[in-house]
Amino acid sequence: MKYALFLGCTIPARSRNYELSARAVAHRLGVEFVDIFDFSCCGFPLKSSDMKQAGLLAARNLALAESEGLAICTLCSACTSMLAEEAHHLEQDRGLLDGVNAELNKVGLAYKGHAKVKHFARVLLEDVGVDRIRAEVKVDLKGLPVATHYGCHYLKPSEIYEGVEDPEDPSSLEELVNAAGARSVEYQHKKDCCGGAVLVADEETALGMAKRKLDHVKEAGARAMNVVCPFCSVMYDDNQKSIESQFETDYQIPVLYLPQILGLAMGFDRKELGLNMNVVKTKSLTKEIIGEK
Amino acid sequence: MPEFKLEKVSSGFASMVVQEPGAEGIRSCYACGTCTAGCPVRRVNAAYNPRKLIRMVLLGMQDEVLQGKEIWLCSSCYTCQERCPQGIRITETIIALRNLAAREGYAPSGVSMQAKLIKDQGRLYALDEFDDKKRKKAGLPSLPSEVAGATKLLDEKE
Repeated sequence: MKYALFLGCTIPARSRNYELSARAVAHRLGVEFVDIFDFSCCGFPLKSSDMKQAGLLAARNLALAESEGLAICTLCSACTSMLAEEAHHLEQDRGLLDGVNAELNKVGLAYKGHAKVKHFARVLLEDVGVDRIRAEVKVDLKGLPVATHYGCHYLKPSEIYEGVEDPEDPSSLEELVNAAGARSVEYQHKKDCCGGAVLVADEETALGMAKRKLDHVKEAGARAMNVVCPFCSVMYDDNQKSIESQFETDYQIPVLYLPQILGLAMGFDRKELGLNMNVVKTKSLTKEIIGEK
Repeated sequence: MPEFKLEKVSSGFASMVVQEPGAEGIRSCYACGTCTAGCPVRRVNAAYNPRKLIRMVLLGMQDEVLQGKEIWLCSSCYTCQERCPQGIRITETIIALRNLAAREGYAPSGVSMQAKLIKDQGRLYALDEFDDKKRKKAGLPSLPSEVAGATKLLDEKE
């Protein structure tokens, strides 16, 4: 289980808690991450203004991983879909591949069309497996009620993920969270988008979307939310306070990345999982689980 | 919906849009509204209506579509695209419309700024010394501030 770790833009700069916890949990579970320091932005933020350039940037990253003979493991869902989509298009369309290679050749690169892209949650589910995760549980999470948030690009567009999971009825995150000893709770509009991609054009709409979800999560009695994408975390964790003041409401719901929840069950301490970097305080939550560690 | 004025109609607009990758299928839209019914953006902002946007494109309302703010409200969640009974790639159609709008200079400033940052540094957030220090302190590997190979590729393309 060896992967090129694709960090993208947001994680290394703004979500070091995700990176730290993912590296720690991966190491414990025997997933080896290789850093390719020449990886750039996946291309997603360029898509709205110029999808050809976005695709080219994605193809460059795919070519770098391919030349190392490694499949890509992503942490960000937007990176996952951007890279998987480009890989999918280039696999299907020989003409497109030739065009991309004409550009890549100018900077000394070439892409044969063999790169594979997998989100970390999918690596955990498919390569590691829930049995191995269960076997690594050292701390009882005592059925902590957790609201899992799939977000969008982890599942969609489903055609680029070869139908591994039905986006209308997903279960992978629940399986992982439950394997760690937490208890995933059902809540209304679970599949709705966080609104992160609207933030750049219309903040009010974006925050309104995040608010709706936080309302339902609170209503369901979840003690924490679980996310697998830094965009979603920006909406629910970083912006939770401003949503509370703007809409005169109160949540105080900690938003944990998937490997932070798994890591707690595996006995890592707060610092090892970057839990001190979460915006909504996680201290009282972790105190119940692991004491003052 | 903006007022429909026959004299303002751009008869070639729909033909132009269907040539964009992703937007090829929009002529088969029968306006059932599955897209709009399931849209999570629409639930908080009624100004966004994908069915209307597709109809406006097919009617040739070029200025209203490309200069309006509606196309920038899509969260690209793909709910509509997954559910469209006609298999229209609705999310990708919206992205194609944004590309057309951007080419004509109508992208919101935030979108153009993001594009410029990536073309200049190869990533959205340059990792300065401060970031690097924080990464080292957390035990994370040091990463290059900018990705020269990526900026070179985008330069060559232009």
